[in-house]
Amino acid sequence: MNRLGWRRWKSRVMVGLMMVAVVVAVAPLVMILATLVARGAGSLNLAFFTQIPVPAGETGGGVAHAIVGTLLIVGTAALLGLPIGIGAGIYCAEYPTARLAVVARFVADVMNGTPSIVVGVFAWTLIVDVQKHFSGLAGSAALAMLMVPMVLRTTEEMVRLVPHSLREAALALGYPRWRTSLSVVVRTCLPGIVTGSLLAIARIAGETAPLLFTALGSQFMSRDLDQPMAALPLTVFTYATGPYDDWHRIAWATALVLILVVLVLSLLARLATRQRFGSRG
Amino acid sequence: MADRAPPDAPRIRAAGLTAFYGAFAAVKDVTLGFGANQIHALIGPSGCGKSTFLRTMNRMHEVVGGHVTGQVLLGNEDIYAPGVSRTRLRRRVGMVFQKPTPFPTMSIYQNVAAGLKVGARLPKARVDEIVERALQQAALWNEVKDRLHTSAVALSGGQQQRLCIARTVAPEPEVVLLDEPTASLDPQGTQRIEELLFTLKAAFTIIIVTHNMQQAARVSDTTSFFYLGSLIETGPTKQIFTAPAVEQTEAYITGRFG
Repeated sequence: MNRLGWRRWKSRVMVGLMMVAVVVAVAPLVMILATLVARGAGSLNLAFFTQIPVPAGETGGGVAHAIVGTLLIVGTAALLGLPIGIGAGIYCAEYPTARLAVVARFVADVMNGTPSIVVGVFAWTLIVDVQKHFSGLAGSAALAMLMVPMVLRTTEEMVRLVPHSLREAALALGYPRWRTSLSVVVRTCLPGIVTGSLLAIARIAGETAPLLFTALGSQFMSRDLDQPMAALPLTVFTYATGPYDDWHRIAWATALVLILVVLVLSLLARLATRQRFGSRG
Repeated sequence: MADRAPPDAPRIRAAGLTAFYGAFAAVKDVTLGFGANQIHALIGPSGCGKSTFLRTMNRMHEVVGGHVTGQVLLGNEDIYAPGVSRTRLRRRVGMVFQKPTPFPTMSIYQNVAAGLKVGARLPKARVDEIVERALQQAALWNEVKDRLHTSAVALSGGQQQRLCIARTVAPEPEVVLLDEPTASLDPQGTQRIEELLFTLKAAFTIIIVTHNMQQAARVSDTTSFFYLGSLIETGPTKQIFTAPAVEQTEAYITGRFG
């Protein structure tokens, strides 16, 4: 009886500790969101999304140039990075013991742990220093380099989750191996690959360091990927470190927009996963 | 249980076939022919090599890294001769697995038509016909004809397995291999499959691996008993089950081991 009470007490203490851990883990996130909304939401209006910045000292203006810049840079990074990452991931999953796959997996793991600023400097050396000017495309290349290892690993995991029996069933129908991979295996885990890709896009959309050395940032609307280009994280950086109160206000609002973009991408990723389980049940 | 004469011209035949996984011989020097339009059962305890032997018949054994010595003759062709296309072979020798394996992203219709995708291109009307015929042959048509374009994984386990049979017979293979096709089904689902096998043998040569001796006795025309990778005895099913010539066969079918 006494023993049971002691056990109950222990159990309650442990559950309590875990709840504290959850609160501590979630609290900063909630605080960040709350601060962003409190300080940034007031500055959000139509002009903020449709206009470019006004000269310092004047009020008004917006970050349309950074929204367009982020869409262009991240979109191009996705176009560059997704096919390579997904293709390499499928290869690593389908030929797990091939030497090339072993090497690719190792390199991807190392790159996943590499600070993004290193990738930025690398892209600077490779592209900016050669071309002798900053450009949105160099930013896209840097972000794509960050994306490939992430997408490679998630794609590989997703492809490996497909039961071997499905592969055998396709082979037994006379499907060649490449066709088995594409029309049965990859098709089956496509929602998972899409989810991984969206999460990777969300990750790189918020990257700042690689863009500092490549896209540089801009105060003007630029749709030319060969020129320096604004992006939301760069705008946050520039305005937050600037001397004017009005700039700080814009930085808060821009940060909020950036978080919202990432949130939407994450939600889309969730949705893709849910649909997968829906169609199976 | 039909009591037929031994087949004179086997549709598919193994000659001196040994199947390896690495250095381990899972099937040892088996010579065994299977007559057309009959059901042939392969029985034996777990690990006796009957499934491996079945998988050598359409070279699925190689998918898991195995290799063979000896021959398998489909008609007069050695399927292991150099230059033989595995994909083309597997369209002639289809296979149904132990667990139902419908493709989860495809509808019922698309599943049945999946094997036709790798052959010559067919007009839509022809595919419709083949899908209906295959589902009829698999005794599934009446249950699914009104929902052909819905998900295949919503079907019950027994229905899924019949769908897999329909998918296998749709491209009209010459030989149908079944690897314990009822092992994951309830008695009712098992019965449906056993019944449809009788109708299928009019069109195909059927080889079925089974753990269930009653099933072998019920459905097959010939039975072959494997033990430790060797073919111990083969003959008309009735004879194997009533008057086996070899002591080991009798011990197995009377349940003394295995």
